[in-house]
Amino acid sequence: MLPIISVEHLYKQYRLGTINHGMLRKDLQSWWARARGKEDPNVRIAGSMADKTRRPAASNDRFWALDDVSFDVEQGEVLGIIGQNGAGKSTLLKILSKVTTPTRGEIRLKGRVASLLEVGTGFHPELTGRENVFLNGAILGMTKTEVRRKFDEIVSFAELERFIDTPVKRYSSGMYVRLAFAVAAHLEPEILLVDEVLAVGDSQFQRKCLGKMGEIGKEGRTVLLVSHNMAAIRRLSAKTLLLENGKLAGFGDAQSIVAAYLDKTTEDPTSQDGLPPGFIYRMDRVKPETDYAITAIQLLDRQGRPLTDLGTWDYVCFRIFYSAAKVLKRGSVVLQIQTQEAVPLILASTEPDSMVPLPIGIGDSYADCIFPRFPISEGQYLVGAGLAIPLVEHVIWNNSLCQLSVSQRDVFKTGLPPSSKRYLVATDLEWRLPPK
Amino acid sequence: MACQLASYFMTSTNQEYTTIIKPVSGWFDFHLAELWRYRDLILLFVRRDFVAVYKQTILGPVWFFIQPIFTTIIFTIIFGRVAKIPTDQLPGPLFYLSGIVAWNYFAACLNKTSDTFVGNAGIFGKVYFPRLVVPIAVVINALIAFGIQLLLLVSLMFYYSFQGMGFTPSRMVLLLPLLILQMAVLGLGCGIVVSSLTTKYRDLIQLVGFGVQLWMYATPIFYPISILSPRWQRLLSLNPMAPIIETFRNALLGAGMIHSTTILVSIAVTLVVFFIGLLLFSRIEKSFMDTV
Repeated sequence: MLPIISVEHLYKQYRLGTINHGMLRKDLQSWWARARGKEDPNVRIAGSMADKTRRPAASNDRFWALDDVSFDVEQGEVLGIIGQNGAGKSTLLKILSKVTTPTRGEIRLKGRVASLLEVGTGFHPELTGRENVFLNGAILGMTKTEVRRKFDEIVSFAELERFIDTPVKRYSSGMYVRLAFAVAAHLEPEILLVDEVLAVGDSQFQRKCLGKMGEIGKEGRTVLLVSHNMAAIRRLSAKTLLLENGKLAGFGDAQSIVAAYLDKTTEDPTSQDGLPPGFIYRMDRVKPETDYAITAIQLLDRQGRPLTDLGTWDYVCFRIFYSAAKVLKRGSVVLQIQTQEAVPLILASTEPDSMVPLPIGIGDSYADCIFPRFPISEGQYLVGAGLAIPLVEHVIWNNSLCQLSVSQRDVFKTGLPPSSKRYLVATDLEWRLPPK
Repeated sequence: MACQLASYFMTSTNQEYTTIIKPVSGWFDFHLAELWRYRDLILLFVRRDFVAVYKQTILGPVWFFIQPIFTTIIFTIIFGRVAKIPTDQLPGPLFYLSGIVAWNYFAACLNKTSDTFVGNAGIFGKVYFPRLVVPIAVVINALIAFGIQLLLLVSLMFYYSFQGMGFTPSRMVLLLPLLILQMAVLGLGCGIVVSSLTTKYRDLIQLVGFGVQLWMYATPIFYPISILSPRWQRLLSLNPMAPIIETFRNALLGAGMIHSTTILVSIAVTLVVFFIGLLLFSRIEKSFMDTV
């Protein structure tokens, strides 16, 4: 039986920096010089010292985003793809979705491929939800008849029956994402590529998406899922592929590959991914792409010093840094802690949970969420954070922003410290017995 | 039952591979059949661009009229009254408007398709569909504006015929659809050449706006070919738009020179440009995501 996707010795090379002169004049100059048999004036410039910094020599400004990657995917499999940022995950999906071509190697596949590289591709704000469903469906490769047949299902999946004839510019970001995901989820391609969509929408909708993806897998369709959410990878995919600097670093059973990956990335708990002390998350980019962003999260102790080792019942302050490009008159900061399996343990918000009104102005700011006794057992958890309009919607939300490790503390002085292997929540409690 | 199912899966998985993704190779891989499969997308893009542009403007489609009307007025004053350039015995406004309407369509095709890659980099970077869908949709979309402006021209024709001004559409009017097709193909051809080159040479985009302007002066929009000397007429026949405009005028208004040789040259140039455009475009569409 042939596998549905067969990737053989796939290479993808990118060049760094300027690819050519970028100017017609210079290219013509070079060409004219060569045509007369003279030395190319631009090559000579490139050889001089001054230009070397600007345009490095051709040999070292190339890198392999994918370096000899081979694997097979069987029909109906949900394959997780994990790896650090820049490991080549997205490049792999881009080649599979034909957005770019490989430098060497070959991929053979059966059936239609649909990609969810980023939801809402081609959505036009002026068009209504209905019009965008048809447009987006066509962009993703559906015919009009197919979209029409699926239309009601898409709309009810997105829970947008009432707003389907409203221009999507009036949608909230959550509604927007729901509609976009709904279109893509109803594509019925033989192969579905998914990249990080799970980080959007509220948690209820995320659960629905996960369910839908499991369903897609059961229907005999093949899903390739790129995610940083290890819980989702573990739950959804049977097999997982680990990429490291463009090379295949592991391929096989999801549980063991994810475990190996987590071991590798959390080897050094004090300086996760080269973060400054106390930080458990910091945004890669200097300037966020969205109007609102959670830019960093730092743990502080009672004295306001960075906390590098958080244990059960420790005093801890989660300092949540955010940036806003637009004013939010009545906003709130939300912090969530959940298990690796995406079971929420703590959900705290300035409002409505704590009734702390928070006007969000343009620029950078932060909010502190203080736990006098952090009530969680030893183990690995996921931290989510976002900004919201209380009781209305999230303006930015990621339920798996970063990992949080909680250390062992023998808080009950029993020699049996609270551990996630036995239970997750460590509360201060008291037993009383009936009087004798 | 189980056996049937098993055999179903066997057959469905033992099919040949439908897609093979390989490094770029070959120049003549236009996959036009694929384009046909995406015809719904072309129409939806046409609709999107139309709705998107005119939903938010106060005057809406009135804009389609304003530009040609004002250009005609200015041409009538400058080239008719001041420079006194003859207009092939036609009423000035009619002569100018016919040229402007036809030229507008061609210029719109060229201008709007010339930023296909750079303007759509966002969407091209995320989803695959035949990239040619975008410029084709643009050319069809420009047809809407052209149709409306053509109505303007026809109403002006009615006005003048009620005034008793003599002009007679020729039998060439039957060729009008072909003429429009040629303008579309030529505009599309030039546009995709430019859009392919701008992925590499960004400075080229600066050239387009004023290049189109210059090209207009080399086209008989506000002067008839008949006033030129034979030498200049020969030179002008190298411009594929010149015979198109003259034929367009001849078809609708019965004035304008038609030479079968110049028309054939114009068609040949159009096809060559379009073919070069296809060649460059299909080459660039596979690699440009890495260069933008």
